Amino acid sequence: MPEIHVAKIAQFPDGDRRIVSSGETEIGVFHWGGQFYAYENLCLHQGGPACEGVMMHKVEDVLAPDRTFQGQRFSKDEMHFVCPWHGYEYDVKTGECAGDRKLKLRSFEVVRRGEDIYVVAD
Amino acid sequence: MDLPLSDFRKMEVAEFDTSKLLANAAKQAKQRGYHRFPIVDVDSHHYETEAIDEILEYMDDPVIQQLARSARQATAKGNGALSVGGVGYQDMGGRVMRYSVRGMEKTPKDRHRDIHLAMRWMDAIGIDIAIMFPTPMLQLGLHPQVEVEVALARAYNRWLCERVLAHEPRIRSMLYLPFNDAEASYKMVQEFGGTKGVVGFMVTSARYRPVHHNSYMKTYALLEEMNLPLAFHAGYNWNDQTVGMMNKFISVHALGFVFYNMVHLANWITNGLPERFPKLKVLWVESGLAWVPFMMQRFDNEYMMRTSEAPALKKLPSDYMRDMFFSTQPMEITDMGMLEQTFRMLKADTQLLYSSDYPHWDFDLPSTIYDLPFLDETAKRNILGGNAMRLFNLDMPAHKMAAAE
Repeated sequence: MPEIHVAKIAQFPDGDRRIVSSGETEIGVFHWGGQFYAYENLCLHQGGPACEGVMMHKVEDVLAPDRTFQGQRFSKDEMHFVCPWHGYEYDVKTGECAGDRKLKLRSFEVVRRGEDIYVVAD
Repeated sequence: MDLPLSDFRKMEVAEFDTSKLLANAAKQAKQRGYHRFPIVDVDSHHYETEAIDEILEYMDDPVIQQLARSARQATAKGNGALSVGGVGYQDMGGRVMRYSVRGMEKTPKDRHRDIHLAMRWMDAIGIDIAIMFPTPMLQLGLHPQVEVEVALARAYNRWLCERVLAHEPRIRSMLYLPFNDAEASYKMVQEFGGTKGVVGFMVTSARYRPVHHNSYMKTYALLEEMNLPLAFHAGYNWNDQTVGMMNKFISVHALGFVFYNMVHLANWITNGLPERFPKLKVLWVESGLAWVPFMMQRFDNEYMMRTSEAPALKKLPSDYMRDMFFSTQPMEITDMGMLEQTFRMLKADTQLLYSSDYPHWDFDLPSTIYDLPFLDETAKRNILGGNAMRLFNLDMPAHKMAAAE
């Protein structure tokens, strides 16, 4: 299976992303929390460039022990990327759609060789 | 600052380009062969407030014009006295990026900016003809000053006809009716009904005037006589007391964009307007489709018991609804079986019209219709363009004629 060069690690800081192509397939590669993740750049909704949208932490409700609503906050752990066409949100660590976890972007293996990052296109 | 786009579509915020954003839509159009048949979008939008200085030049009333110009200078949003939009989060807190960067998109000076922008998204999506509506003005029916609605409506209509419609045959419009003034609405149809690019008239649904009031009858009669369809374009009003009980925009939008059209449709049918104006074509815009089976079942059931309250009817409410037209977007594709039944109930093959609503956040591409597993090719083409071409008496675009030959 072909390996597509993504970037030199030194030029791919944590929190950044790259989009590479393998034939007609575009792949979004994310560097997040010390790990690399790669997904097809194609939203499961209407085919938008899902990996090209803004990255924003998951929004959470804050409830008190008595189950009263206290407000909202951004998650410290869960980061989403958002399809710029319609707002579908995806978990950067799993590729799962935040609105329905049964839906998942096609994922790709990311490998490190020396100082370089590659994605395995299948 | 760069937009977070692919390396090969990389662009700075200041270089935001609609064609690049919609590159995947262009791929869909090519894959599905949209060049083989006409696609008509019966509900798209521009942001008329970006051209408000031009529009105000067309305003007759010098006092309202001066108030508007002055207020525009004094408010951060720049719309001043003409803005009644209030609170809303259409851009999803910045998640749908085109809202925040569209103002920076560059266009050549040879044609109006709105024409250039429309051609970009129409070409990318595969749309031949688009019926274009304003955006902030969708809530102008809530303006407390009726005379302001009338003045802005006429200025906007004049501006749109002269600066946009006259110069681009692929853009059409159903012009804004200042419906809070029945007489002014009548005069608007008289004045603009035969203008190039005008294919009908539109009432913004978020308002508080019932459609069955006697003052509107001569306008309906005129539209019927001129064979011009009447559209009710959905909108929300978070200041409505009932809507105001909802604290999330998702709720306000989901219900608000249907609620007013439900009210107007109920009044339209139970007051026998389809019998009084049997040739008037009525189109319901941007409420999606899920509400249609609900209204059909609800009113058929009650009508059978309370027939005497709607004595003008000669058939079931759902039968009148099947004579009406509905735009697709935002089409609820969450249960394919329900969607198929909805298409059957509203006679989609002849009554359903594709709409994108581009550039708004919940726009639909033609693939939402073309990829449906329960439609044959003829039905797909009718919904995507054929039905609209018949309803609005549109000519097939020249390049589609060539493709057909």
